[in-house]
Amino acid sequence: MTAQLKSPAQMTNTVLQAENLNIYYGKFHAVRDVTLAVPKNAITAFIGPSGCGKSTVLRCFNRLNDLIKSFSLRGQVFYHGQDLYAPEVDPVEVRRRIGMVFQKPNPFPKSIYDNIAFGPRLVGYKGNMNQLVEQSLRGAALWDEVKDKLKESGTALSGGQQQRLCIARTIAMQPDVILMDEPCSALDPISTLKVEDLLQELKEQFTIIIVTHNMQQASRASDYTAFFNVEATPQGRVGHVVEYDRTEMIFQNPKEQATQAYVSGRFG
Amino acid sequence: MSELLQNRSLQRNPWAPRTLFSTTMSGVVMLCALLALVPLIAVLGYVLVNGLSRFDLSLLTQVQPAPRELGGGVGNAIQGTLYTVGIAIALAVPFGVVGGGSLSEFVRDTRAARWIGFATNVLSGVPSIVVGAFMYGAVVATTKRYSAVAGGLALAVLMLPVIVRTATEALELVPSEIRQASVGLGSTKFQTVSRVVLPAALPGILTGVMLSVARATGETAPVIFTVLGWHTWIGSVWDQTNTLSLLVYKFATSPFDNQKSLAWSASLLLVLFVFALNVIARLVVRRRA
Ligand SMILES: Nc1ncnc2c1ncn2[C@@H]1O[C@H](COP(=O)(O)OP(=O)(O)O)[C@@H](O)[C@H]1O
Ligand SMILES: [Mg+2]
Repeated sequence: MTAQLKSPAQMTNTVLQAENLNIYYGKFHAVRDVTLAVPKNAITAFIGPSGCGKSTVLRCFNRLNDLIKSFSLRGQVFYHGQDLYAPEVDPVEVRRRIGMVFQKPNPFPKSIYDNIAFGPRLVGYKGNMNQLVEQSLRGAALWDEVKDKLKESGTALSGGQQQRLCIARTIAMQPDVILMDEPCSALDPISTLKVEDLLQELKEQFTIIIVTHNMQQASRASDYTAFFNVEATPQGRVGHVVEYDRTEMIFQNPKEQATQAYVSGRFG
Repeated sequence: MSELLQNRSLQRNPWAPRTLFSTTMSGVVMLCALLALVPLIAVLGYVLVNGLSRFDLSLLTQVQPAPRELGGGVGNAIQGTLYTVGIAIALAVPFGVVGGGSLSEFVRDTRAARWIGFATNVLSGVPSIVVGAFMYGAVVATTKRYSAVAGGLALAVLMLPVIVRTATEALELVPSEIRQASVGLGSTKFQTVSRVVLPAALPGILTGVMLSVARATGETAPVIFTVLGWHTWIGSVWDQTNTLSLLVYKFATSPFDNQKSLAWSASLLLVLFVFALNVIARLVVRRRA
């Protein structure tokens, strides 16, 4: 099973494919030998202890790590078969197709409307903006709560609403993939459930990768799960993927001892 | 209850040493705060009392009086001030904001940025009279005339470092989270700066601009060499002119009562203008929070 998921040929509709990915911050080898394929219209979860490189790998998928000066990478990332790190690829275009929702809700200090319209305006969207804003807010299950105050600042919403605003802002770009880095870790349990419900609707249209600390969240909400772990080497702590499989396999019948220990909460 | 605290009362003892110390220190601090207010209130009160007698419409609309003439106003000095400060704003604001923007957004933490930052600090420490003397040599001597343009250039040089520094600081305060959000949505670097960072930093930038304008409006030394002074309206920014600060400087020491009282009214105008800019700057900052 594990082997199958690593190989795009055997998986229907691979959207993103990491091939022997090694990631460095300066001399520090943060992540080694990640090979995994992310399927279309599914939710793939990255779980594992903190510092094992989940965010690092996630941010490689939309070239957000390019912003970090010390960052460098060996190996390849394919998006629909195209090498994302090929010299002719424009990272700006990559990020328009592969959106990102961050750990801490980060709405712009602009109106709710302008937050949503921001992305479409970047690319000179010519269609009906009001309609796109409404549709995006509905898509993020936020429309009913904010429809009467679209002119108010996005930063005045509650934390859970802000995070859904950020999701709405991302889907307004009509991306292909949405990356989410612990999107619920700053939210209360009710808001967390709302976002989880939302994920199930979003996966009909988008391919989703979600990093989560929360084991229940991964088992409830995702279709595939990659378990990351970190290994102490003489050069430092290197993260890697221990096991990647369908979520029910990871949680009910993991192949690896370390996965078993982690998902059952016996992690030392 | 623990034995340690058993015999102690919950009530405050006003004669305990630490309470006495605290009371005394509060008194001292209050006194210092009041003392700091004295010069401000004294200056404002004095200017207000002496300036109000001529504070009317003709002050704004009439030309300054000749030595033995009665009546008149400071209209031509207001015109000259608007011209010089306007030119200074038109030059210093775009250069200052773009300069501060590139320091904080494009060359941050580079050797060039450190050098430019250092140069800006040096420039802000150059005495204003030196800037005036320089502009005399560079502009007045070469164009062979005193003018609002020469004065505006001198004031722009004085405003520039203040604007660069406040703009840099305001831009650096914009949280990296919203920059990342913008990049994550597929903004180019330029789009991130122009659509997210600049608007978020705008109140801070505006505050710096207004404070520097307030400062420049009251500057006298650099305009002595460049604007010199003039007795009536002017038709062009290339004309020799007068400013409120120059008028105060000359009329306050004049032997004629009419001119003296106009000097007070012009001072009041300057103080009100600076006060208004400071209040607006505060309101802008508060609106953001
Ligand atoms: N910008 C960075 N510069 C240097 N090291 C980093 C940076 N970001 C992350 N790291 C390091 O890379 C490793 C993986 O971090 P991260 O991907 O954030 O882990 P996770 O998301 O799984 O908690 C950690 O050791 C972390 O300290
Ligand atoms: Mg992380």
